[in-house]
Amino acid sequence: MSIATTHPVEHAADHHPSGLLRWLTTTNHKDIGTMYMIFSLIMFFVGGLMILAVRAELFQPGLQLMKPEFFNQLIGVHALVMIFAALMPAATGFANWMIPLMIGAPDMALPRLNNWGFWLLPPAAILLTLPFTLALLGIGDGAIATGWTFYAPLSVQGGMGVDFAILAVHILGISSIMGSINIIVTIFNMRAPGMTMMKLPLFAWGWLITAFLLIATLPVLAGAVTMLLTDRHFGTHFFDAAGGGDPILFQHLFWFFGHPEVYILLLPVWGLMPHVLSTFCRKPTYGYKAQVYSFVAIGLLSVVVWAHHFFTAGMPVPALIYFMFSTMAISLPLAVLFFCWIATMWKGSMTFETPMLFAVGFIVLFGIAGLTGLILADVAADAQYHHSYFVVAHFHYALFAGGIMGVMTGVYYWLPKWTGHMYSEKLGKLHFWLTVVSFNLTFIPQFFLGLAGMPRRIPDYALQFAEFNAISTVGAFILGLSQLIFAWNIWTCVRGGPKVDSRVWEGAEGLEWELASPPPHHSWETQPVIK
Amino acid sequence: MLNCVFRSQGADVAAANTRCRVRRRVFSTAALTASGTAGAAFNFNFPEPVTPIARETLHIHNEFMLIITILFVVVFAIMIYSMIKHRKSVGHQPAKFTGPTGKMQWFWALVPFGILLFIDFVLMGIPAVNAIITMEDTQTRADMVLKVTGMQWKWQYEYPGTDVKFISTMATPRDQIANAEAKGEHYLLEVDKPVVLPVGKKVRILLTSTDVIHTWWVPQFGVKRDAIPGFLRETWVLIEKPGIYRGQCAELCGKDHGFMPVVVHAVPEPEYLAWLEQKKAEAKAAAGGADRAWSRDELMAAGKDVYDKQCVACHQANGQGLPPAFPALAGSKIVTGPLLGADGRIIKDSHVDRVVNGKAGTAMQAFRNSLSDVELAAVITYERNSFGNKVGDMIQPAQIKALR
Repeated sequence: MSIATTHPVEHAADHHPSGLLRWLTTTNHKDIGTMYMIFSLIMFFVGGLMILAVRAELFQPGLQLMKPEFFNQLIGVHALVMIFAALMPAATGFANWMIPLMIGAPDMALPRLNNWGFWLLPPAAILLTLPFTLALLGIGDGAIATGWTFYAPLSVQGGMGVDFAILAVHILGISSIMGSINIIVTIFNMRAPGMTMMKLPLFAWGWLITAFLLIATLPVLAGAVTMLLTDRHFGTHFFDAAGGGDPILFQHLFWFFGHPEVYILLLPVWGLMPHVLSTFCRKPTYGYKAQVYSFVAIGLLSVVVWAHHFFTAGMPVPALIYFMFSTMAISLPLAVLFFCWIATMWKGSMTFETPMLFAVGFIVLFGIAGLTGLILADVAADAQYHHSYFVVAHFHYALFAGGIMGVMTGVYYWLPKWTGHMYSEKLGKLHFWLTVVSFNLTFIPQFFLGLAGMPRRIPDYALQFAEFNAISTVGAFILGLSQLIFAWNIWTCVRGGPKVDSRVWEGAEGLEWELASPPPHHSWETQPVIK
Repeated sequence: MLNCVFRSQGADVAAANTRCRVRRRVFSTAALTASGTAGAAFNFNFPEPVTPIARETLHIHNEFMLIITILFVVVFAIMIYSMIKHRKSVGHQPAKFTGPTGKMQWFWALVPFGILLFIDFVLMGIPAVNAIITMEDTQTRADMVLKVTGMQWKWQYEYPGTDVKFISTMATPRDQIANAEAKGEHYLLEVDKPVVLPVGKKVRILLTSTDVIHTWWVPQFGVKRDAIPGFLRETWVLIEKPGIYRGQCAELCGKDHGFMPVVVHAVPEPEYLAWLEQKKAEAKAAAGGADRAWSRDELMAAGKDVYDKQCVACHQANGQGLPPAFPALAGSKIVTGPLLGADGRIIKDSHVDRVVNGKAGTAMQAFRNSLSDVELAAVITYERNSFGNKVGDMIQPAQIKALR
């Protein structure tokens, strides 16, 4: 605390290098958080452009724009980019910006690790997408074409795009693990005096569980893709039956990571929701403890249900029944969260600014993801849904409506705090309504496509699927274009706009709203005391 | 409705099915949330089921859809009511509670939890367990076996106990896919040789693969099972109604994943037996063909047929391939290299070796088991003397037979 007395807050910002070097060398949690958010937004558009090319190809039957090989590359890299380079960095960006502010800490516990964690991301993103460029120059045959799941033996057979993706996943994994260590250490050690674990903001709780899940499961993914790498180049046979291996082993390892990954993407959003709801309902969060226990329960359950991702691969009846019931059990803690969200709204005094609109949109659409997830858990019905567009629609309700709309909620909620300016409420509402309508226009037809029997990941389809695909493509393009409003709104808000006070929202409660907007370069040099 | 569900828990699921059928029909119409008037182009539900499993699956699906629709409507009706009544603009003052206070509130907080527990593990769980047990019972009273082998990008069907074995590839012309000609009615869902099965017989289906993982799926059968290289997986169908049923590979298996249809002709048993006899005779005739000497023109003509079905997807009609994943045959060192060693055996990594044994870790599969002696000899001869390759030699089916 002696530093605080010799370096007054308003001068602290003068001590860092300027220009590019500032961003390269920064160890400030806000700078790093900002970089995470910008990186995430850029990659969101990169991944979005890829899938718009795919939707354009699927607008009509027949191959119009691309070869099937290229189509397969686009779908896989779209998923990898959206999951690892758009959604996960956005959540880490939130954590960097908000956790120190919320728990009354001056910065993250490990600032240099923080810097390193971020700067691993751009090289990884380049590794993922570089094979596209190399193929244009005649080197190799493009990016990974196995879908994001890397299933062996298809991935053993694939071109060098698979090696690029394996290395990219390694680097992204290291970055995520470092971020997680930092968040855990920060939450455990740097809370303001008096902030017990059961007074910790729910956003921090959500992230804490995410961080543990990342540390528990990412090494398994790293192991799986390393085994794949040695199968490809060093003569091992982990996934080759001819050498005593088993292709299904890869699926077990992959989904041991892959299923918790869903909750890794969603828990930060679930953590954020109570803050937003409580703010715009002007009413304290309902069921704080119940929500914390639900986070923990979902975290624990998420690592024991993985095989429901490949029921069709065939497994013994007891295994089918176990994985079905354990998956269904997740609906119980999830229902507690829904109950608490709605109970927080109940008898509040609601207003519907953009963050609240996104929060309500999130609850409804994520509800569809949860309910369709419940029926997907049923092994018998899953035999029809699996590998079909029904599943595609389901997980986009989970990861777009649940994940990305959750991130948008957070961006609109905290952007005035970060910039000191209010964004355009008019554009924000326009963005919300366009997003919600076009999202449903894109994905509701995909539920029906799946039921009618259209497999996923096909570049061309039978004629009975034509109408729904055309509708879905129209929806996707409106959805994609609507996001330009989002980017423009953020840009103009960063550049200027009406000044906001420290509290920003009438009903906002919590330490982060005690600091000025934007907060000083070094926040909480004197720790607040929680009574 | 509840009656119906509980009755299906009983041991005799089939009997319960019949009893519930009428109710179920009403039920499924109600469950079609989007529309009761499904047009030809807009299917809002599973296609018509033709096996007991598919009917069971459709029933479960409809039931679950109804349950989750009710949950959705009830939960969000409460939320929307709150959003209308409890807003600042109508002057609602916020309450201060942060959890259940008093016994009644605890009761109301726990009721939804209890309802969900009941839905998960009783209402949905019990029919699901019954369905799983039925679905996985491939062996009880099975009448026959069909072996299905997935390979990039076609299906091989075998009738164990007979010599009948054939490969089924997509019949849709490439020009239709490239939009150069009008698309036919069964665009992408038509094959050269459909698999034929008898109706009313329980067919145990064994699945495997020669290269990567494929998934055999016919939506109207309600089964979908992965074909995994090096392992056998199984499922079963009992088709109740004659007809032509179409499906597709459902697991991403490489570039032509979208062009790997499944077509099943379900016919009455006498018709099936007649077809099987005819196939047996064809197999016998083909096996005999390996013993006679073939002329080069005959081999070239037969070779082109095989090439156009088995090889063209990767190596292309002009033999230029799609490098680097799928190398060119035109001017290839392997194709234009020596045919066999001085001792009459296969030279490692030679043309014959590649076609017969494939290349591990690539899409080049071993055709040893999927093509006959005649087909192998023909296609090898064809490749050596086409696309500008002028090796001039040929290999006889009898030579291939001797190499096996």
